[in-house]
Amino acid sequence: MTRTAVAPEREPAVRKAAPGGAPAPRRSGRRRIALPYLLLLPALLLELLVHLVPMLMGIGMSFKELTQFYIRDWSAAPWAGLDNFAVSIDFDAPVGQALLKSFLTTCLFTVLSVALCWFLGTAAAIFLQEEFRGRGFLRTLFLVPYALPVYTAVITWAFMFQRDNGLINHVLHDQLGIGDSPAFWLIGDNSFWALLVVSVWKGWPFAFLTVMAGLQNIPRDMYEAASLDGAGVLQQIRHITLPSLRPVNQILVLVLFLWTFNDFNTPFVLFGEAAPEAADLISLHIYQSSFQTWNFGTGSAMSVLLLLFLLVVTGVYLLLTTRGRKTSDV
Amino acid sequence: MSENALRHTGRAPRRTARARGRTARRSPMAAPRSFLWTRRIFLTLLTTFVLLPVFVMVSSSLKPLEDVSGKFRWIPSGITFRPYLDIWETVPLADYFVNSIVVAGAATVFSVVVAIFAAYGVSRYDFRGKRVFTVTVLSTQMFPGILFLLPLFLIYVNIGNATGIALFGSREGLVLTYLTFSLPFSIWMLTGYFDSIPRELDEAAKVDGCGPVKALFRVIVPAASPGIIAVAVYAFMTAWGEVLFASVMTNDTTRTLAVGLQGYATQNDVYWNQVMAASLVVSVPVVVGFLLLQRYLVAGLTAGAVK
Repeated sequence: MTRTAVAPEREPAVRKAAPGGAPAPRRSGRRRIALPYLLLLPALLLELLVHLVPMLMGIGMSFKELTQFYIRDWSAAPWAGLDNFAVSIDFDAPVGQALLKSFLTTCLFTVLSVALCWFLGTAAAIFLQEEFRGRGFLRTLFLVPYALPVYTAVITWAFMFQRDNGLINHVLHDQLGIGDSPAFWLIGDNSFWALLVVSVWKGWPFAFLTVMAGLQNIPRDMYEAASLDGAGVLQQIRHITLPSLRPVNQILVLVLFLWTFNDFNTPFVLFGEAAPEAADLISLHIYQSSFQTWNFGTGSAMSVLLLLFLLVVTGVYLLLTTRGRKTSDV
Repeated sequence: MSENALRHTGRAPRRTARARGRTARRSPMAAPRSFLWTRRIFLTLLTTFVLLPVFVMVSSSLKPLEDVSGKFRWIPSGITFRPYLDIWETVPLADYFVNSIVVAGAATVFSVVVAIFAAYGVSRYDFRGKRVFTVTVLSTQMFPGILFLLPLFLIYVNIGNATGIALFGSREGLVLTYLTFSLPFSIWMLTGYFDSIPRELDEAAKVDGCGPVKALFRVIVPAASPGIIAVAVYAFMTAWGEVLFASVMTNDTTRTLAVGLQGYATQNDVYWNQVMAASLVVSVPVVVGFLLLQRYLVAGLTAGAVK
């Protein structure tokens, strides 16, 4: 099909589509229908190969008794029905108990981390909204934790948390005199807080970046009008800034939640393959229990449960936060 | 509003930033003293928090070994550049460096090109399944990496057995994996960016006889270059920093920095000054690159995320 044959029809079609986003008429030639699909094809194939097919395989594997004997040919593994799931959620047995503990730890960790990241990011963005000396410098500086590769940042924190030669104990114990003896941070109960600090340090700049972008879309005259009406700074933040950020926050909190809940890198680099029980996040827990026992069937079942949980939470979250305000088209 | 975003970010981000500052200074948020003090205290604390690890990294990398093995010292007993020479000997850091650069670089290039095509399709055409596509692609962000790590490993091994294309343990396999990690976010952000470019521009090009693909590269890509830079930065950082797949899918010759750097820690004695020196050397290229290009990322987020 030649271009000239289509051209006369294409023009009005697009003009019609432009303002309202109404679909262009479909009858204007096969090539025109195929084109968007061709443009999407590479992305689609890649996502299929690396994400979607493996995910479906993972779901399939969760119904199999997949031990190390079947790694080379996983399809030969015997079907296990729901056994893997039954083992995973049998909270009276050690495997289920450990999974539940890890899940609850991850929930608490995620709530705290997301709340702190959001708070720091939003506060910093609001404080940097107005021009003052050093504002540009701080803005750049605050992005450093985000720009650092996860592993170098976490390794540095691991050094700071060392019991005998780390900075944290030097400050807390030697200089401030807290505690009778230097505390362990990377083993035992303290490890939860160590992990939280690292996670917040690494995560808050993303909130800062996003909120900052969101703030730029609030028209200045809204503040002007508010201040003419006698609204103070706090009232302006409460009644203009925060409501205007709602759509940004909706996505931001969701993304932070999913990233934090699935975070593998931070605990893996901080603690190595075996995290202390107090900081045993679910991703690392599943990884560890899969590779320790080489029982990939159970590991897959746990991952599927995790995915289901995230799906439900995301669905409920979007439903709750979208209700009452107009749904913007994605 | 979206056209505004383009004008602000596309042409001269720096100048508009300054202009924005000027209006802000005149802004009526004439802040009371309590607000200024809160701001001062908050920003000081936050700066300390942010800088603490940076300080530790830089200062420890210049310390002699006894300073980092014993109690932490704020002020080193002496300054030495030895760690910066030793890091290349203790582990094959240069090899890891090359692997990381090749993998992250290739993943970035492919990811950006694929994302440009996909975002163009989503932004400029209406077709059946568009919503399904965007939702599916975005939702892959949600999958726990651990769920598809194992199946992907099996797929790569089987492809290798069947066709002889080595994906497992090779750089190619890692490139393929990483480029899909940044793809969803890149498509989403670029779609927003392309949407903010007036359709009249590419229509005009088409009237002049450009095909759709030519119009994309002649008109849209140049106009969206800040967004494309932002997406490239994001893709590079994603690939440079990934740990989970790197630790499973590489071998001794293809190991990337993400795994290689942990080599210092598994030695019997941890040479913390070397670890810090290596961390710094590894971080500097990305951090500097990111900070130079960060305004594009902010601009890209403004156009893509905040519509």
